[in-house]
Amino acid sequence: MNKFRIGHLTDIDEKGARTFLIQDTEIAVFKLSDGSLHAVENRCPHKGGKLSEGMVCGTAVHCPLHDWKIDLRNGKVHEPDEGCLNTYKTEVDGNSGEIFITIAG
Amino acid sequence: MSTTKKLVLVGNGMAGIRTIEHILKLAPHAYEITVFGAEPHPNYNRIMLSSVLAGGTSIEDIVINEWSWYEDNGIRVYPGDPVVQIDPKRKEVVSQNGVRATYDELIMATGSQAFILPLPGANKEGVIGFRDIKDCETMMAASQKYRKAAVIGGGLLGLEAARGLLNLGMDVTVIHINGHLMDRNLDLPAGLMLQRELEEQGMKFLLNKHTEEITGKHRVKALRFTDQTVLEADLVVMAVGIRPQIELARNTGLDVNRGVIVDDYMHTSIPGISAVGECAEHRGIAYGLVAPLYEQGMVLAKRLAGAATEGYAGSVTSTKLKVSGVDVFSAGQFKDAADTRSIRIQDDVDGVYKKMVIKDGQLIGAVLFGDTTDGASLFSLIKSGENISGREKEILLGVPSGGSGSGPSVAERMASMPDDEIVCGCNGVTKASIGDAVLNKGCNTLGAIKSCTKASASCGGCKPIIENLLTYYAGDNVGEQTKEGICGCTSYDRDEIVAQIKEMGLKSVKEVMNVLGWNEPEGCSKCRPSLNYYLGMIWPAEYRDERVSKFTNERYHANIQKDGTYSVIPRIYGGVTSPAELIKIATVAEKYDVPMVKFTGGQRLDLLGVQKENLPKIWEELDMPSGFGYGKALRTVKTCVGNTFCRFGTQDSIEMGIRLEKKLDKMVAPAKVKLAVSGCPRNCAEATIKDLGVVAIDGAWEIHVGGNAGVKVRTAELLCTVKTDAEVEEWTYSYLQYYRENAKWNERTAAWIERVGLDHVKEALADRDVRLALIERLEVTLGHTVDPWKEIIEDEKLRKNFTPLSGAEPVTH
Repeated sequence: MNKFRIGHLTDIDEKGARTFLIQDTEIAVFKLSDGSLHAVENRCPHKGGKLSEGMVCGTAVHCPLHDWKIDLRNGKVHEPDEGCLNTYKTEVDGNSGEIFITIAG
Repeated sequence: MSTTKKLVLVGNGMAGIRTIEHILKLAPHAYEITVFGAEPHPNYNRIMLSSVLAGGTSIEDIVINEWSWYEDNGIRVYPGDPVVQIDPKRKEVVSQNGVRATYDELIMATGSQAFILPLPGANKEGVIGFRDIKDCETMMAASQKYRKAAVIGGGLLGLEAARGLLNLGMDVTVIHINGHLMDRNLDLPAGLMLQRELEEQGMKFLLNKHTEEITGKHRVKALRFTDQTVLEADLVVMAVGIRPQIELARNTGLDVNRGVIVDDYMHTSIPGISAVGECAEHRGIAYGLVAPLYEQGMVLAKRLAGAATEGYAGSVTSTKLKVSGVDVFSAGQFKDAADTRSIRIQDDVDGVYKKMVIKDGQLIGAVLFGDTTDGASLFSLIKSGENISGREKEILLGVPSGGSGSGPSVAERMASMPDDEIVCGCNGVTKASIGDAVLNKGCNTLGAIKSCTKASASCGGCKPIIENLLTYYAGDNVGEQTKEGICGCTSYDRDEIVAQIKEMGLKSVKEVMNVLGWNEPEGCSKCRPSLNYYLGMIWPAEYRDERVSKFTNERYHANIQKDGTYSVIPRIYGGVTSPAELIKIATVAEKYDVPMVKFTGGQRLDLLGVQKENLPKIWEELDMPSGFGYGKALRTVKTCVGNTFCRFGTQDSIEMGIRLEKKLDKMVAPAKVKLAVSGCPRNCAEATIKDLGVVAIDGAWEIHVGGNAGVKVRTAELLCTVKTDAEVEEWTYSYLQYYRENAKWNERTAAWIERVGLDHVKEALADRDVRLALIERLEVTLGHTVDPWKEIIEDEKLRKNFTPLSGAEPVTH
């Protein structure tokens, strides 16, 4: 397991996302309205759309290419579509606001 | 030893699979079932092929039984592999691919095929029937390459094919041997009314014409008729009738005539073999409509499942034509004879025609045109054979709905309807299934019945009967028909939402959702952008556009491409650029390695394949306004050369186009808006297929609205003709603001005009004071918009979102 420091809470807007690259995988980290962070692989299982560009509604993001809806908490695709994508554990340092991501390595 | 018998179904279509569905219900484990089908698709609804052609319905939408249904029910299916041989002695079938299957019971359900007239040249490329998905695909592909289509046959099928081809943008001529259309279903007056209606839709007709030859080298080029006239055509659809597919049955030694001969229990002449559907001939009739085939399927299923059945006694059939905007219904014997009397209403003003044919006091046939609401009730009167003496006029002018009339009340009629009567012909739903859905499955609205049984889910013609049955079964428990809201998050429609926002002074997306009780706390990708639009339209001065409720293209002011890169389209007003501007664009494109520079259809330059992080830099260096070429907003104003250079130009279309675009360049709208200005009636800017098109005529300007050249081609309609440039602006701005204030989000002007009608819009804009007030509101809106490119360039908070987070650092413990 490898832990990475990827940025600061203020780097990400509410209902927004930022991306970063680790080991050739592009990961998108989202901030929901409740302030929680969720990191997922930035690749829609349908046609590889960049989810970081999608609209965040509640705990889901809508892929900008064909409107697939993905649950950011577990990477599951909402019905009627099917599929799943990788999610990554995120932690925030309460004092400094630094964001950490854990990648299975 | 298993006691299950083997059942083989030859033909994977509607009648055969319907039979299987009933067998599974009546005797779930009685048979081990194997299905062979010639087509590569699962069982689909052939009746809906017209809707696929007409657009708006996909092939996936018309599948009745998904592959998973076969799997879930343990049915072995061989799609795309027809049975080529049946050995009734060994009780075995062999398929084209050599699959062998033995049977205890075999069902022939091979359907029928389009009858292709044996004309010289009928085998040329581009000559097809209209029968299956493949034919639909052929038509769609042909419409991409060719323009002229001919449909041979002016019956129900031919007209539906023709309507589909019109929708695909082809020029369509229907050739019919008779003097009026649908002569098998309609009498002369109704046939003529139908023709008039379809001619208005753009269909052309050649009546009393007999085709003699199809000419062309490899592909069809033209049709030659017996009178030696010629019609050019690149696609010929034969819709002169269908023929039961009986070759396999004949080779097997079954008795055949027009179809495979069956008795009232669907037995053929060989024990162990039954036939059902379009391939079967019962008492001399081979049916080609779905309702009788489902009735046959029910009888056969009962027999094979060992349930009691009284057999099949033939069907009275009814026909509905489902082409856009024309309602035609016909049932039973509609032609007059010596021993019949008829009663009719013909109203050419409203385009309504109704006729009932009566014999010995019984209704034996009916034709309805223009208003088919009574079709279902007339049809049940024909089928019940009850005596209607003395009530004829009352029935024709509308069946009384209460019990006070002299006829039976609705409830009485519903009660007397037999349980196994099919009330929805498209999906073969019986009265009993509706009863079951209401009484045992908790359905108390039409919508619930629809999703539970599929009744009224296809053509919708049976809706009145289903509603009556719902009332009959549910009594006082009929639920509120849940309205379709703007999305799944709410049951409010657009007008209700807009009214509530104004009434209660709601000022943010979140507030609207909270106050109006959204069932998804943060909405979805449909309602969020629409609420954002409505709020901005209603409160132009105070509402702050909510970036997170906008689609990517409108957040990043560039068009997202399939690989996550973007395209940038700087504004080039009226399509007129300059050497300096071109050098600037070229320099930027080179500096940032833009993979492609392309002219758009709207006379602009598109820089494609831009990396997101380069967007702000590119905008900065271009220093041109955003093209809004990506959002629900004014896209481009296309112009012709006009009298600046053109020898035909009567007006300065370039100047007018630039003027309109400069005024409206930041206007957001319910959907994208495209304009064009042509300097003379030659209309080189193609203004009559734009949301708003201005065409110069000598000494005046015409303003055309509601055109579209995209998904569904629609010619714009003339809103008005005006004398001065100032009037062009006045009408353009007020019309667009009226659209902004009244259309649904994501509703293009063409769809909006179709919905509300041009006359309504003309009336709304008739008063000059109203027009000026609309313009004033538009000015306020435009006054509050900023150039989004500039805003992002100058604001670091917004700009950060264009770049990835810089370098993740490993944490060492």
